Amino acid sequence: MLNCYHCGNEIIENEMLVFDDKKFCCKGCQTVYELFSDNGLTNYYDFEKNPGAKPKDADAKFNYLENADIVSKLLDFQEGSTQIVRLYIPHIHCSSCIWILENLNTLNSGISQSQVVFSQKKITIVFNSETVSLKEIVLLLASIGYEPYISLENFDNKPKLIDRNLLYKIGVAFFGFGNIMLLSFPEYFNVNDYWIHQYKDFFRYLNIFLALPVFLYSATPYYISAYHSIKAKAFNIDIPMALGIIVMFLRSLVDIFFQDGAGFLDSMCGLVFFMLSGKLIQQTTYNFLSFERDYKSYFPIAVTKIENKAEVPIQVYEIEKGTHLMIRNEELIPVDAVLLSDTAYIDYSFVTGEAVPVEKKSGDKIFAGGKQVGNAIVIEAVNSVSQSYLTQLWSNEVFQKRTSQKLKTITDRASRIFTPALLSIAFIGFIGWSFVSFNDAFNVLTAVLIVACPCALALTAPYTWGNVIRLMGKRKLYLKNTAVIEQLSKADALVFDKTGTLTSNKNQQIKYVGEHLTKEELMAVKNIVRGSNHPLSRRLYMFLPECNIKKPLLFNEIAGKGIEGVFEEYHLRIGSANWLEISDQLVVHDTKVYIEIDHKVKGYFVFENEYRKGIKKLFETLKDRNYQLYVLSGDNNGEEKTLRQLVSVDTQLVFNQKPEDKLRFIENLQSHGKNVLMIGDGLNDAGALAQSNIGISISENVNVFTPASDAILDAGAFTKIPYFLAFAKNAMKTIKMSYCLAISYNIVGLSFALSNQLSPLVAAIIMPVSTATIISFVTLMSGIYAKKSKG
Amino acid sequence: MGVIYILICISVFVAAVFLYLFIKSVKSGQFDDQYTPSVRMLFDDELKKKKNNKSQKQSN
Repeated sequence: MLNCYHCGNEIIENEMLVFDDKKFCCKGCQTVYELFSDNGLTNYYDFEKNPGAKPKDADAKFNYLENADIVSKLLDFQEGSTQIVRLYIPHIHCSSCIWILENLNTLNSGISQSQVVFSQKKITIVFNSETVSLKEIVLLLASIGYEPYISLENFDNKPKLIDRNLLYKIGVAFFGFGNIMLLSFPEYFNVNDYWIHQYKDFFRYLNIFLALPVFLYSATPYYISAYHSIKAKAFNIDIPMALGIIVMFLRSLVDIFFQDGAGFLDSMCGLVFFMLSGKLIQQTTYNFLSFERDYKSYFPIAVTKIENKAEVPIQVYEIEKGTHLMIRNEELIPVDAVLLSDTAYIDYSFVTGEAVPVEKKSGDKIFAGGKQVGNAIVIEAVNSVSQSYLTQLWSNEVFQKRTSQKLKTITDRASRIFTPALLSIAFIGFIGWSFVSFNDAFNVLTAVLIVACPCALALTAPYTWGNVIRLMGKRKLYLKNTAVIEQLSKADALVFDKTGTLTSNKNQQIKYVGEHLTKEELMAVKNIVRGSNHPLSRRLYMFLPECNIKKPLLFNEIAGKGIEGVFEEYHLRIGSANWLEISDQLVVHDTKVYIEIDHKVKGYFVFENEYRKGIKKLFETLKDRNYQLYVLSGDNNGEEKTLRQLVSVDTQLVFNQKPEDKLRFIENLQSHGKNVLMIGDGLNDAGALAQSNIGISISENVNVFTPASDAILDAGAFTKIPYFLAFAKNAMKTIKMSYCLAISYNIVGLSFALSNQLSPLVAAIIMPVSTATIISFVTLMSGIYAKKSKG
Repeated sequence: MGVIYILICISVFVAAVFLYLFIKSVKSGQFDDQYTPSVRMLFDDELKKKKNNKSQKQSN
């Protein structure tokens, strides 16, 4: 098998092009190579093998970039002739990509600088608007196979400032922690030496000075969180944390000023440092994925309006009822419309997950969200964008309340018991010792609060979750944040979307029904459909067995009907039942292509969505583990029989579900006390995904778009769902075990504290030791469970 | 032993310098993108080299 030097795709034998001793699959790839070699950029091919992408024809697609209004919305920065733009380029995938994109200035002198952020697949381009326009840059990128993706989301999405506060705080805390630890050592180890008596005040006051920024700056998140939690009357873990930090600092001040001891400043700084690093670990995010997408990330920023027979690019928001729009090949239809052209093939895989394009005739209504496949069409808008059938879904309240929705985590629940218990122990200790002396009572009270500061308790969850997120990511389930794991472990009802989720929108099954076709006849069919660009022809061509390629004697494609052709001695007509004048008795739900050879109808090819492999086993495993299973489908019940055989017996199948119905269905399950896990794929599942306790969107390629969800699952890992559920449950188990460990440390510490024996040295040992053991324990356990959990 | 005042002041000062450098590097965005720079540093001069090769070829 030969592969193209540029894009790595297989080369079809008699289409091979040779240039510079290198083999290419098409003219496009060769042109890119020529461009690179003319500019001394052939190193592109050295970093990675076949790094390129076939350039797509994007000539008219970006015409809207001539509109100054739209361009100014896209620019990040503009002053004089210097302009800066940030573009999202989905193809960025290897070091060659970085190299070529950062050398864009050699291809166009108007570009002064370009910089790639690999993890986000974004490029920032600084250019001179007098020498080069944004449109030219975009076309240049498209011509070398790096077509940027510009959507409605870019419209007024100004770059967000990156929050680096946590890093500063960790830096300051580590500075304080390290120095105070070093300065405290002499006191710990030379308690009775003469010289320490002389210098200890210097050490102690220097410690206070170093601890101040940690106390006043680094620890602020805990004070704020504790304050909010008191106001909301919820005992979260940050209350004892903040209390511990404040008490440690005040007690240290008292000890040092009254020459009573060295204080607990080292423990305090260490605590703040470890806690903040826990926060950092928990922040593991997948930069290259977006979990917050709505229809805006799919919709184009501009469309071509037809006005007095001229094509004018307009912003999508300017579309009004009655506007005539032109939609080119692969362009998305942004608004509900009526088709004016003869025929159109609309690919709704974005919306429904349906793999086969739907044929529409002149006068048919087309819903927003579909993509035209084939020639350009003209449509008339019947709504504005925001009133379209699909986009209306986003006005549902689910999408508003989502961000403010706070979940009670296991840490919060544990601290609801822990915090009152701790406070009462401290109080009892205080009362008990106040019979001895007030001074001792004060020492005991503060010691209890210091030693019981729930460091180990609070570190457990972030480190476990952080590690589990990473391990699941390795196995192709990408979680939005750590709260999802806990929800995952609690899920008891699983809802699957049918089309695109249980079926694959990449592959479809093609079956032949009818009279047997000979090898020669199949060859004739293959050679005839080869000439057609119709999506079904393309699929049929890929499906038919390999054979010799020859040009047919006659080839005539009749748009919307079929193909007529003569190949060798065969006369063929391939197309719709209507055209071939066949009365189709069966209810037409399937997409069929009829074959007529020498005026005799032989049979038809039927295109079916192919179910993913392993569904049967998946459903059986899930049923054995007592999950309630549901399948929702937007289609009618035509496929009920097939589906019944695949899923387990008591799975509920629900058909004819509109996007809102799916949302209501989930809501209804939740009102019966279920924790719902929804697995879907298209935009029509977006509402259900948002409503469910955890929404997982499944994707053949995680880099392309998925609706807003809590997690993104790579389609390849579809059968691993039981594994992820089991793993999440085990992660919860790990946390519970770790809590037991943390509590036992606390009991040891408390016994020191209550007997008024807590010295700074004991605190300085207990705190790091407990932290280190807890962190290593949870990391180890989650690693073991990642291997042991049953799939 | 009075020297200990000077020594400790120096050591804290050195640590403070490192803290300052850390904050400065965070501010400049060094920690925002942790992957691309690691690749970028590997290609610095290649473009020039290639051009030279090319001009050599042409002069041959």
